[in-house]
Amino acid sequence: MPTRRQFVHAAGTLAAASLLSLDVAAQSDPFAPLIADFTGGAPIKQGRVTLDIPELADNGNAVPLRVSVENDMSSASHVQRITILSEKNPRPVIGTFHLTPRNGRALISTRIRLNGAQRLMAIAQLSDGTYWSASADVIVTSSACWDES
Amino acid sequence: MSLARIQVPPSAKRGEVIEVRIAIQHAMEAGFRYDNNGRTIPKNVINTLVARYNGTEVFRAELGSGISANPYLQFFMTAEASGDIEFSWVDDAGERGSERAAIVVVG
Repeated sequence: MPTRRQFVHAAGTLAAASLLSLDVAAQSDPFAPLIADFTGGAPIKQGRVTLDIPELADNGNAVPLRVSVENDMSSASHVQRITILSEKNPRPVIGTFHLTPRNGRALISTRIRLNGAQRLMAIAQLSDGTYWSASADVIVTSSACWDES
Repeated sequence: MSLARIQVPPSAKRGEVIEVRIAIQHAMEAGFRYDNNGRTIPKNVINTLVARYNGTEVFRAELGSGISANPYLQFFMTAEASGDIEFSWVDDAGERGSERAAIVVVG
């Protein structure tokens, strides 16, 4: 027969555990289906990709973004595709860029819209079938999508 | 017909990796705004942009509504021979645009 103290302790641990698991699920969720779409289920490794974006963006309608990949773009192993994913935009795939060995350098840069402070992810597909990724957090003072002007 | 501006170096050595930039005049309408009568302004963005260097595709971009109005893109390519870089693009309304710039390769 458990004492009252044992019961309260067990109940508390259970509650904490369920809260924790909810939190983890919410954090890992938003990118998972998008990543699966891009890679077709292949594993992704961290690294080789650099995602440059300001930590604090004033205007969510035009945030400069640069993605570069450590790769010499030789025909044997070159970057084939780079995609940029957003955590909170209504359409999370911002863009996909196709490169060839003729590019000589694996770097692209553009300006994007962001619907609020969020995490961004860039994934690069190499011709040898490996996928590499990087993420960055950005704070947006004035969101895109909210401005009705 | 949309306007675009391409920037490439005035000349390049053979084999040099050069920077190519393009800015296109386009609203990249995201489809989330309303007009004065409360109707949704339909989504209309440049969805595909292709760059060809002397007829060979060197760069392709699939864009969405997450790209800013008047899209700007920068990438690199190896200058091999004098000729043209030609961009062509199409938006959701089916409107096509294109622009070209001369690549001058010396040596």
